[in-house]
Amino acid sequence: MNSATLHLRRWKIAIVLTTLVAFIYFGFILLIAYHKEIMGRLITPGLSVGILLGALVIVLSWLITWGYVRWANTTYDATLEAIRREGTR
Amino acid sequence: MIAPHLAAFVQAATGPTQTAAVPATAIGQPNPVAMVFFFLFISITLGITYWAARQTRTAEHFYAAGRTVTAGQNGWALAGDYMSAASFLGIAGLVATTGFDGLIYSTGWLVGWPVVLFLIAEPLRNLGKFTFADVVATRLRQTPVRLAAAVGTLSTVTLYLIAQMVGAGTLIKLMFGLTYESAVIVVGAAMIAYVLFGGMLATTWVQIVKAALLLSGAALLAFMVLLKFHMNPIELFRAAAAQYGDSVLAPGKLVSNPLDTISLGMALMFGTAGLPHILMRFYTVPDARAARKSVFYATGLIGFFYLLTFILGFGAMVLVGPDAIKAIDKGGNMAAPLLAEFLGGTPFLGFIAAVAFATILAVVAGLTLSGAAAISHDLWTSVFRKGKAKDGEELKVARAASLGLGIVAILLGILFKGQNVAFMVGLAFAIAASANFPALVLSIFWRRYTTAGAVASMLTGTIGTLLLIYLSPVIQVDILKEAGAWFSLRNPGIVTIPGSFLVGVVVSLLTRDKLALEAWDASVHDMVVGKVDR
Repeated sequence: MNSATLHLRRWKIAIVLTTLVAFIYFGFILLIAYHKEIMGRLITPGLSVGILLGALVIVLSWLITWGYVRWANTTYDATLEAIRREGTR
Repeated sequence: MIAPHLAAFVQAATGPTQTAAVPATAIGQPNPVAMVFFFLFISITLGITYWAARQTRTAEHFYAAGRTVTAGQNGWALAGDYMSAASFLGIAGLVATTGFDGLIYSTGWLVGWPVVLFLIAEPLRNLGKFTFADVVATRLRQTPVRLAAAVGTLSTVTLYLIAQMVGAGTLIKLMFGLTYESAVIVVGAAMIAYVLFGGMLATTWVQIVKAALLLSGAALLAFMVLLKFHMNPIELFRAAAAQYGDSVLAPGKLVSNPLDTISLGMALMFGTAGLPHILMRFYTVPDARAARKSVFYATGLIGFFYLLTFILGFGAMVLVGPDAIKAIDKGGNMAAPLLAEFLGGTPFLGFIAAVAFATILAVVAGLTLSGAAAISHDLWTSVFRKGKAKDGEELKVARAASLGLGIVAILLGILFKGQNVAFMVGLAFAIAASANFPALVLSIFWRRYTTAGAVASMLTGTIGTLLLIYLSPVIQVDILKEAGAWFSLRNPGIVTIPGSFLVGVVVSLLTRDKLALEAWDASVHDMVVGKVDR
């Protein structure tokens, strides 16, 4: 593994996760734009689908960043450390 | 005139048991508690500035706080830099007066942060020094790239600054009873003091103090709201629906044009990753790992804050009432302060007013610093002096630029008095998303990117966005009072973001940049491993 392959691997993960967040957020926006009746439906009195999904968009975005940071702090950083050691040899 | 109406309304809304206890609002009158908190905040932050000024001796201190800020501190500072008065007062007001529609913004302002983390933060930290142009210019020809990047940066910063300064003048006039002009001058003077003397170190701590104040203030306010609803948010929403109909829990009139909603969403999502004052913060931490962690902390803090806006907004709707809020300020911006006054009386109102003031100060300080970096580091040192400026010289130019930008911000704030500038924040995000973000992504991840491609893409993003906004209903109908507009969307992001990427790719494929190709391997190595001299 060298820095170019590690860069490429991070890039692929970055694209997949960015697409995932975009999918979640624009899914939410498209529902608001084209399916207002679904968003206004009440799950229980006081809680509409829209409010629940809005809170979920925020929580999911944060969870996905947590997933990335976990991967980067362990797998990515370990590989990077190996590359660094090889470079100094 | 306003006060009796408000008192009557609040009494009606809260029922007969509380009639005697509801006071008329003290908003707009000098508030001793607000003054005390305000002077406390100013003295603490000026104390920090004095301490920071003694440690700011080089350009690296001035722009990047000597790269000694920890991941946790930077996470708080990013949150402080990002959570503007627009998001605190504006979203709470929007939710309180329209219900669900306001929450579209709460989510939109957050989803940009994962993008910052995945695509930008780490390569930026490893490749650049002080500005985002450092990264774009790494493999490309310095002069044209820096010039184009400075155009994008200064447009974003200026528009954002105007919106903040006009907002500051209006809000402080409403809350403290100061005149508009003196409010703008007070904000400008404090901001100049922080940036000019304390540089990035002082700015960082102003942002940390502000973020802590804003989050604790908002959390306390939300807690006091929930106390009235058995700590159950759903019970609060149910009360809102019972008083104003189930429609407040569903999308309403704000999203009349679906394409507009998507376009604004794109600008919010990709604009955050192109905001110069946010990007600059990643240079303050020691390495890419700290940059990564700091985004994670910031996303958590900002996400928590936007979840609180759900409760603040609906709390203000139920406890204060939309009509009472609109009676004080048509835009609904006083929803959170009014809610504070209802729950904790004049002292709590004073505290929240001071928090709103601190919020504006921290954001304008960050903006001014990033604008000064574009002028001194990109334009003066790299373009005018071809990279041969001495360190002391760059620091002097940076300080002069901060002072100049601060004065310009005050003058623009006074010039735009009474104008509708709400669209300028959306516009700043649109330019950041169309000019800065595509250039950063392409330069980090695309080997074939050329100087001509980068310059064409950044200029298309900036000029295209400004042109389409001019032709849109925002300027043509709302400001120039024309009957219609040539371009129908209120935010051009859906056209300009893909457009700028496309121009960058096509022009790069049509041109050759031998030096850029040759430098690719070395720059990938630097991006991943980091430069040795740091």
